[in-house]
Amino acid sequence: MTKPVILLKTMLFVLLIAAIAACAPVAQPAAPAATQAPAATQTPAPTQAPAATEAAATAPAAGEKTSLIIESWRQDDLAVWQDKILPAFMASHPNIEVKFQPVANTEYSTSLATKLEAGTAGDLIMVEPFDYRLKMYQDGDLAKLNDLPGLENFSKLALSAWSTDDGSETYGVPLAAVLHGFIYNKDIFEELGLTPPATEAEFLALLEKVKADGKYTPLAMGTADSFVPGLLGFQLIGPNYWKGEEGRLALIDGSGKFTDPAYINTWAALEKWRPYMPEGFEGVKYGDMQNLFTLGKAAVYPAGSWEISIFNNQIGDKFKLGAFPPPVPNAGDSCYFNDHMDMGMALNAHAKNPEAAREFLAWLTTPEFAELWNNSLPGFFSLSNHKVEITDPLAQEFLSWRASCASTPRNSYQIISRGEPNTDGEINRVTTLVMNGQMTPEEAGAEVQAGLDKWYKPQ
Amino acid sequence: MARLQVRRMNRKPFPFHILVFLAPGFVIYGLFMCYPLVDSLRLGLFAQAGGVESFVGFENFVRLMSDPDWAPRFWSALGHSLIFFLINMLVQNPIALMLAALLASMGKSGGIYRTLIFAPTVLSLVITAFLWSLLLSPLWGLPKTLLTPIGMGSLARPWLGLESTALPTLALISAWQFIGVPIILYYAALIAIPNDLVEAAYVDGATGWDVFWLIKFPLILPVVGIIALMTFIFNFNAFDVIYAVKGALAGPNFATDTMMTFFYRTFFGYELQKPNPTMGAAIAGSSFAILMLGVLIYIFVWQRRAKTYEL
Repeated sequence: MTKPVILLKTMLFVLLIAAIAACAPVAQPAAPAATQAPAATQTPAPTQAPAATEAAATAPAAGEKTSLIIESWRQDDLAVWQDKILPAFMASHPNIEVKFQPVANTEYSTSLATKLEAGTAGDLIMVEPFDYRLKMYQDGDLAKLNDLPGLENFSKLALSAWSTDDGSETYGVPLAAVLHGFIYNKDIFEELGLTPPATEAEFLALLEKVKADGKYTPLAMGTADSFVPGLLGFQLIGPNYWKGEEGRLALIDGSGKFTDPAYINTWAALEKWRPYMPEGFEGVKYGDMQNLFTLGKAAVYPAGSWEISIFNNQIGDKFKLGAFPPPVPNAGDSCYFNDHMDMGMALNAHAKNPEAAREFLAWLTTPEFAELWNNSLPGFFSLSNHKVEITDPLAQEFLSWRASCASTPRNSYQIISRGEPNTDGEINRVTTLVMNGQMTPEEAGAEVQAGLDKWYKPQ
Repeated sequence: MARLQVRRMNRKPFPFHILVFLAPGFVIYGLFMCYPLVDSLRLGLFAQAGGVESFVGFENFVRLMSDPDWAPRFWSALGHSLIFFLINMLVQNPIALMLAALLASMGKSGGIYRTLIFAPTVLSLVITAFLWSLLLSPLWGLPKTLLTPIGMGSLARPWLGLESTALPTLALISAWQFIGVPIILYYAALIAIPNDLVEAAYVDGATGWDVFWLIKFPLILPVVGIIALMTFIFNFNAFDVIYAVKGALAGPNFATDTMMTFFYRTFFGYELQKPNPTMGAAIAGSSFAILMLGVLIYIFVWQRRAKTYEL
């Protein structure tokens, strides 16, 4: 063989290896995520995951400290837990030492499953709502908490996110919810003489005024990230149309369909936003929306309450912020808004110090914790019924809606996203198409319902 | 008897030391390449229900290609992978060949261009993806700023956000970034051509055009083939640029969904979509088969016909 031919063969061999490597799933690199994360459960966490939990201390002798470890995906909140929440607990419970041990949110599922299997998981486990961790409870990894003192401080709705489908068994203490509404630039509103709208018609008239003025983008929204239309469009304004819990539960029991007027009207309302979104909104990402608003170039921002601390940090006192709940379709309609259970705390079924862990869980139901939590993490709201004083004015505004409007979580998170295609993903996809003008609201409803009918047989 | 003995004495003992030298490579390759590949192909033949794996033969593949839940996504991903490859093949390679020919004819003064053109290739893809998302952003991107003053602002579209243009745009970004690789390979082949061949042709009255197409190009034809194959393998497996710009959902409306993003979502799960390792392995298996086919075509069709010249 001549030299070039050998060379070619060698190169070919190397390429084949490359092909093989690219095919084998184990060799698939986990590419880094460049975009900003959508919901609280997915806030990006750049730091490295800490090493596996060291073996917890054995049963404590008298006078010795019992140590507890909290498993979590909330790396962003590490400082708040370490410096504010846990010291407060340990001050009143000197015999218990609690450590907050978060991993990157993308690794949480895998790391938690591995630790539970190996028996090295912490005694306390932070849990996402609804279907995320239900199976872990059913598999016997999480303990039943029905008899935990203090659970009576939570509404049935709040507990439903960490209960079995029939609501009879509870495995998590509700920690926090995120609320959805619109945040607006008060300075722009004052400049143009606008007031927060109450109805859909007023909302559109307001956007029209901003557009006519021409200086600002009326609505900071784009459809490049598909969770934005789904979460910050459909789920944000929808509850007013499908009447909150009534509509959500109807979908689950099969009496409601996505082809019903409530859903068609939601999509129809979103379609009307198109002229008020920035030019080229099809290419505007979540991060772009945030920037557009924080730079003071847009009047209204469709928000989740987790933005409060982000906006406070980025805007500072460049301009003032206000918030209004999703406008109702017609004047006088009762109002509903998306008040989504987001984080809960569960007990490891094989906990080494179950008594101490239960003591901690019971503390999470107290007014003391609610007060501490709401003021340490503005934008994440405790779910207990205690009256809480909040210092952040924007967070206060969001929380005040609980008194005037009815709460409901995202309608695609319980039960109806368990199959293929999952309803949550489908809603995101069709809502993007509707807002881009590539699908009518009727087609959107038909498509989501057809996907659900494929696998879901309501009881 | 005597002859037999002689033969036995002449035969060299089996060179066992060769095994010792081969072993590390063999073991590492087997353990980290062959085993995962074979195991992933095996996984594609199983189905998981309730944590139990059961053998289902080629059912996963049949589902992938015909089941109404899977087939549309599979065929569209396959089509997008092919489009991604074709755009790179038809845009990146000719431009690379042209630039390489220019660089080769520039002699030493081409150094700075060589470095500049190769620079994007060594940048992290995440950085180039971010850079291009910014450049093409409809809010503060370059096209609008450049086109508006000359009255053509309406031509600036959110190219990365429209279903019709997102995939070609991503393919061009990838072509831009990695054009340095084929350039270097073409360039190396071109400067290896002995000057006397070229000079002889000029003496015989050939033009520059003739020299390139009749002398240089036939001589670098083997490299053209290997670059085509490389383009095929790298781009058919395109994942990172799509993931970095559009995320695993490969939006808008799956318009940029390739075999690898489809595989990623299926194998690892995404948001509320549950991971399905066995179907994921079936997708990886299909894409392995397609790559294999491409490589076999290269070996048995192209490589047998392509002439190599002793220079």
